[in-house]
Amino acid sequence: MNKKPRSLARIIIPVVLTLVTIALIVWPMLAGGQYVVLDPKGPIGASQRDLIVISTILCAVIIVPVLILSAVIVWRYRDKPDNKAAYEPNWSHSTKAEVIWWTVPIIIIGILAIVTVRYTYDLEPSKPLASEKAPVTIQVSSLDWKWLFMYPEQGIATVNTLNIPADRPVKFELTADSPMNSFWIPQLGGQIYTMSGMAMTLYLQADHEGQYWGSGANFTGEHFGKMRFDVNATSDEEFENWVREVKQNSQELTQEGYDALTQPGTSNVAYYSAFPEGLFQNIVTKYVVDGNGAHSKHGSSSEAAGANQATQESNQDEDKSAN
Amino acid sequence: MLEGLKEFASEFFVTGDPLIYGAMVAIGITTIAIVAVLTYFKKWGWLWRNWLTTVDHKKIGIMYIIASIIMLFRGGVDALMMRLQLAMPNMDFLHPEHYNQVFTTHGTIMILFMAMPFMFGLFNVIVPLQIGARDVAFPFLNALSFWLFFLGAMLFNLSFVIGGSPDAGWLSYPPLSELSHSPGVGQNFYIWGIQISGIGSLATGINFMVTIIKMRAPGMRWMKLPMFTWSVFSTCIIILFAFPILTVTLALLFLDRFAGAHFFTLDLGGNPMMYINLIWMWGHPEVYIVVLPAFGVFSEIVSTFSRKKLFGYKSMVFAMLIISFLSFFTWAHHFFTMGSGADVNAFFAVTTMLIAIPTGVKIFNWLFTMYRGRIRMATPMMWTLAFIPCFIVGGMTGVLLSVAPADFQFHNSYFLIAHFHQVLIGGVVFGYFAGLYYWWPKMFGFQLEEKLGKWAFWTWNIGFYVCFMPQYAVGLMGMTRRLSTYGWDTGWWELNFVSTIGAFLMGVGFLFQVAQIADGIRKYKSLKASGDPWDARTLEWSIPSPAPEYNFAVTPRGDDIDEWWEEKERRAKGIYPPEQKLEPIHMPKNSGIPFVMSVFWFIAGFGFVFGWLWMAILGLAGVGICMIARSFSYDTDYYIPVDEIKRTEASLRGSV
Repeated sequence: MNKKPRSLARIIIPVVLTLVTIALIVWPMLAGGQYVVLDPKGPIGASQRDLIVISTILCAVIIVPVLILSAVIVWRYRDKPDNKAAYEPNWSHSTKAEVIWWTVPIIIIGILAIVTVRYTYDLEPSKPLASEKAPVTIQVSSLDWKWLFMYPEQGIATVNTLNIPADRPVKFELTADSPMNSFWIPQLGGQIYTMSGMAMTLYLQADHEGQYWGSGANFTGEHFGKMRFDVNATSDEEFENWVREVKQNSQELTQEGYDALTQPGTSNVAYYSAFPEGLFQNIVTKYVVDGNGAHSKHGSSSEAAGANQATQESNQDEDKSAN
Repeated sequence: MLEGLKEFASEFFVTGDPLIYGAMVAIGITTIAIVAVLTYFKKWGWLWRNWLTTVDHKKIGIMYIIASIIMLFRGGVDALMMRLQLAMPNMDFLHPEHYNQVFTTHGTIMILFMAMPFMFGLFNVIVPLQIGARDVAFPFLNALSFWLFFLGAMLFNLSFVIGGSPDAGWLSYPPLSELSHSPGVGQNFYIWGIQISGIGSLATGINFMVTIIKMRAPGMRWMKLPMFTWSVFSTCIIILFAFPILTVTLALLFLDRFAGAHFFTLDLGGNPMMYINLIWMWGHPEVYIVVLPAFGVFSEIVSTFSRKKLFGYKSMVFAMLIISFLSFFTWAHHFFTMGSGADVNAFFAVTTMLIAIPTGVKIFNWLFTMYRGRIRMATPMMWTLAFIPCFIVGGMTGVLLSVAPADFQFHNSYFLIAHFHQVLIGGVVFGYFAGLYYWWPKMFGFQLEEKLGKWAFWTWNIGFYVCFMPQYAVGLMGMTRRLSTYGWDTGWWELNFVSTIGAFLMGVGFLFQVAQIADGIRKYKSLKASGDPWDARTLEWSIPSPAPEYNFAVTPRGDDIDEWWEEKERRAKGIYPPEQKLEPIHMPKNSGIPFVMSVFWFIAGFGFVFGWLWMAILGLAGVGICMIARSFSYDTDYYIPVDEIKRTEASLRGSV
């Protein structure tokens, strides 16, 4: 059938494929993009990066030989009149071979499973980080379509920007007053869902001062793409200065102000010198019906997230966002 | 009066977007053109008798495949629109709300209205032929399944021009999908489009399960079943357990929206997380539903084009059954970040990884089927060969995602998008294409010329890698899924731009395929295929192409996995089976009821979408009447006389 000399396509295709591959590998390096997930700046992110590397290597141990093997087999046994490789049309079973390729994946997956389970317990998000310094607590609430950060110890709040002291554990308590979102600062560590009616706990830490990328990772409607924020990790001293500055130069967040924030819409960065007492707990327990406690301690092996389990009556109208 | 009408129309039709006006005009013109052509050539009767009322599994299969290719086009255009929007930072091509509708419909259409019907099309065309049966177990139900799917899909697609599309994501998590956040009718279209076609999917699952259990040729014991049929069987097991979950979940969501229930709203004690668990209890098995038949297709093709018996038959069967079992124990890996705690996450991480073992074994078995074979590079085989590395890499990134603590970094990022497109395109789409090319001559009686097919193959494949490899990278750079736009400062645009180029290359590949088919239809007389154009191995190749309506003039035997191959060997040695006497063949009669009943379902669905109870009741009443009419129709079968069989066989075989 293919008596013609090598057609142009046969030369062009491999060349194009090679060029594309090279371009893909080199391009992001040239373009200055940053692989934030692989460039962690804190202990949690670092452990996760290690785990990604370990699991990639474990998988590569099996897939690289298989890829080579497939190429060799396809090349060697292609149908060519002058192909002298063996041809055994009825060879369809070999217990020895099958035992090998059931066993090898079982071993690899077995190792990976052990590693995974260990890391799963180690990196349980609500597990406090070992540190000499006491953690800073930050209460996070995802709203339509902005992030509200409250600093209960400092008494201040911010929208769409986050300041944390470097080299000190940060205990995030997270909830949502909107559809479920996901709080993600890739360089510090993996994400966790923010859900209404629940308070989740996530410990992260920045080892170095710097500015990091943060965003909402779960789709929550029209402008969820605007839910990104910078994370500024500074020295303790600078952090204290910043708090003082916010205290002095910003307005207070009132309950009315908060209600306005919950309205669907995007928001610029904002700073507040104070916020209503117990606001976070109110958000968490907003939907609590008599006799049905909110999951204020969800998935947490540590101390309670702080929300009072009480049967606090919901005073919010049920369809607040039906407007 | 006129004002009222205007107001109604502006609510009823989607307005204000030039893209949608364009689509409306295109739909209008196409509809008029179809009606005009059918009328001009006096084809209405032909259409009704041969297609709309048919219960012939082969024709139903062809209709499934045509519908699914049209849906592939629609879903593909959605994909290209998204890629255009993301090609550059701060693009203003699609408004965020419109973008959300586009990715919602893209996902829903590709899984439920493209992959599923394509799969059912292959089931229908091939399974009865492979097991030596004359039809499926319930031919009437089979026709009903098709029309339910088709009208469900039409209802869903209607949302594009009437009322507005759903925009809460393809799995429609509450509260986004609740009345509070999606007050329009888009979400109702989603619920009813899927619900109506879902009934059809469940029925198909049952139908083929019974067909395979009860209608195998004499001698075809379970361990002699062709591999594609085995894959269909394992798929049907999953359908049987997974689809009822979907039906119930969507019904509850509809009750929330329509009747003010609170199953999935936090107030009054409901819980959205319940929905997320339920939808993934269906959603994860669903991906195995669509991929297992592709594994079956690959098994058939690898063996045929290597001219060799499939290696490790028992392992292959065992592996598939394990996958269908394990598929029900992995759903929570879709929300490792929900804070279920380390115990739950560890359990689901491990069950998810376990699936890699049987899948890996299958890959080895395919490779060793080729080993010491003779590999012919026809298009079905090329798609199969392309699948292997693609799926190995996609499978590996899947294993990476299953590592729960690492998934905290991958979740909802473009890394995930790249992974599932790699397994779904590399596994499912490549598999179905391979199957389509492989069985094309059996369906239509002519063979496609390979030249355009090879162009299609290469543009698709190169396009695929150019499109999705950058998405892994951009995911590691922190780009999250479903973003409608991003800034210059992110450093993402180069990779996104490359990805968009790849997407368009795949689009070009699709055009090559359309051209290939059009070209084949134009020249079909000169491309006439014999009964066995690939020198293949299973029973479907022992009869003429296309298969006569009764499939087998005499019931074949199925004593060997590669029965037809063995038969050819025997014939080569001069051993012929004894001539069997022809007998009249019992066949089901055509019926218009499946079509009419599905139209009533459509009417009912449309009524529910807009909350017009009178219309919903009217539709449901029509459904009921159709059921009664069917239960009183006694004249549902007929016999094909021996003379006619002789004539048909002579003309089919004579012309080859």
